[in-house]
Amino acid sequence: MTDMTMTNTRATRLRRLNLAGGIITGLTVLGAIIWAFPLYWAVITSLKVEQDVLTPGIQLLPERWTLDNYIHVLTKTQAGIWYLNSLVTSLAVTVIVVLTSAAAGYAISQLRFPGRRLLWWLLLASFMVPIPALIVNHFVLMADFGLLNSWSGVVLPQLIAPVTVIIYKQFFDSVPKDFREAALMDGATQFQLFFRLYLPMNWGITTALAIITFIGAWNQFLWPFLAVTSESKMNITVGITQVYDAFGVRYARDLATAILAGLPLAILYLVFQRRVTQAIMLTAGIKG
Amino acid sequence: MNRFRRQEVTAAVVFLLPFVLTYGVLFLWPTIQLAVLSFQKAPLIGEGQWAGFRNYARLLNDKLFATAVWNTLYFVLLSVVPSTLLGLVIALGVNRLKGWTQSVILACFFLPYILPVSVVYRIWMWITDNQFGIIQYPIAAIWGENVSIFRTLPLFMPTVAFITIWWLIGFNVLLFIAGLRNISSEIYEAAALDGATRWQTFRRITWPLIWPITVLVATIQLIMQLKIFDQIYLFGQGGRTDSTLGMVELVYRSAFQKNQGGYAAAVAVVLFLVIVIVSVLQFQLARARGQR
Repeated sequence: MTDMTMTNTRATRLRRLNLAGGIITGLTVLGAIIWAFPLYWAVITSLKVEQDVLTPGIQLLPERWTLDNYIHVLTKTQAGIWYLNSLVTSLAVTVIVVLTSAAAGYAISQLRFPGRRLLWWLLLASFMVPIPALIVNHFVLMADFGLLNSWSGVVLPQLIAPVTVIIYKQFFDSVPKDFREAALMDGATQFQLFFRLYLPMNWGITTALAIITFIGAWNQFLWPFLAVTSESKMNITVGITQVYDAFGVRYARDLATAILAGLPLAILYLVFQRRVTQAIMLTAGIKG
Repeated sequence: MNRFRRQEVTAAVVFLLPFVLTYGVLFLWPTIQLAVLSFQKAPLIGEGQWAGFRNYARLLNDKLFATAVWNTLYFVLLSVVPSTLLGLVIALGVNRLKGWTQSVILACFFLPYILPVSVVYRIWMWITDNQFGIIQYPIAAIWGENVSIFRTLPLFMPTVAFITIWWLIGFNVLLFIAGLRNISSEIYEAAALDGATRWQTFRRITWPLIWPITVLVATIQLIMQLKIFDQIYLFGQGGRTDSTLGMVELVYRSAFQKNQGGYAAAVAVVLFLVIVIVSVLQFQLARARGQR
């Protein structure tokens, strides 16, 4: 008898737990749908015929599907050039940041030279400096160099990435010393060590850092916005907010441009999900 | 003096040169110049005159500066605390899911985070458009008419903060999930055996163990949102920006629209100091945590 009641209460408790769990899961899914809706709505709108966008009522699917907005944006506007500008500057930032940081990280981690500690502390300290506070002086500097309205002008001030050096240093620190000594015994130079041992052993980290640096550079707004005023030199993130159609607002087209601007990143994320996650953890100071 | 091997030092110089050069020219030099400029009466480009503390004194009497500071703090308040707590709530929900469902749901919350601010701006301008925006249907149903959200002052900051939370929450969720995964399942199993309720489990186990991550997320958000510019600038374009500007926007305006480089630098130095102080506090907190 008592046994029966025991099993009964446990069963009800389990059921209640499951019910609560079900509700929580339901809410999570609902939240995800709400979160994704703005993206969905933007994509759907960009696939509608312009007149249909303005008809009253909510149409969750286009009445007439079309890619005209995208074709128009890519062939008849400057979006293509903006795309190219974004691509070139972001790739340049990524390559330079990763290479210089890896090299600097290697030196700080593995080589003994005067001023090493000072450099390390400077790096840790510069972590804190808010880059937006430097816009005035970056602008003056780029004006002095005559680099405003150019790719280099957009790229240069984005090259300050102490975090990347710090992460590389930490990963190079954990490469076993035996490998290093064995290679040195065989007469390897520092450059061989770096390119043949330390970099290959940390390809994963390099991929992760490259992806996150690229995303960061592509997403920059403030600096490219200041450094470039001529429409043909703008990055896509700046262009889509500063240049408007002379014939009034075209919602579907505007959204098509916006989606094109975000697309490379969305693809990059969906393909390299794990690496992106890892890179975010690392830059936040959590070893993933 | 021969603590260092010559060959090693030469290699170090070669390895460090590109980095040190960019770092010196693009970071240290501008930082020093910023401090110098803040003590000058100078245009954006061109020679300035020494002005002592006059720029700083001017800050104290500048209504715009007060507005900028207030707006920045207001925005920080509206965005940092809610996005931290909501991030934890979402992470708790997502963490319960398994396999591909988890990946899909997580992607829904995370995708906005990797988008450029301009795309976020375009999407939400469309959603909130005061003629055709989808959000105007519920607004019209409740309020009786369409509302031009970004032209209604009391709605401006909360809406921008809301959009910012929508945009950036994925970052917080990710960090919280990592934190939750680090809590060993044995503790939960033990609690379940003892018949702990869901709330007790959260209150006594999850919350205290996730607290360090909560602090981390909140401080990262705090430092990030103190530098707020993009969203406020974009959504405020063409509006009454005198009442919506933040500190970075004041730097931008003083320097690039009013051509007052010295004054802009002084504003930037204040922002600089605020963020350095917050970062030092965070660093100390993190260290204290590490030692414990």
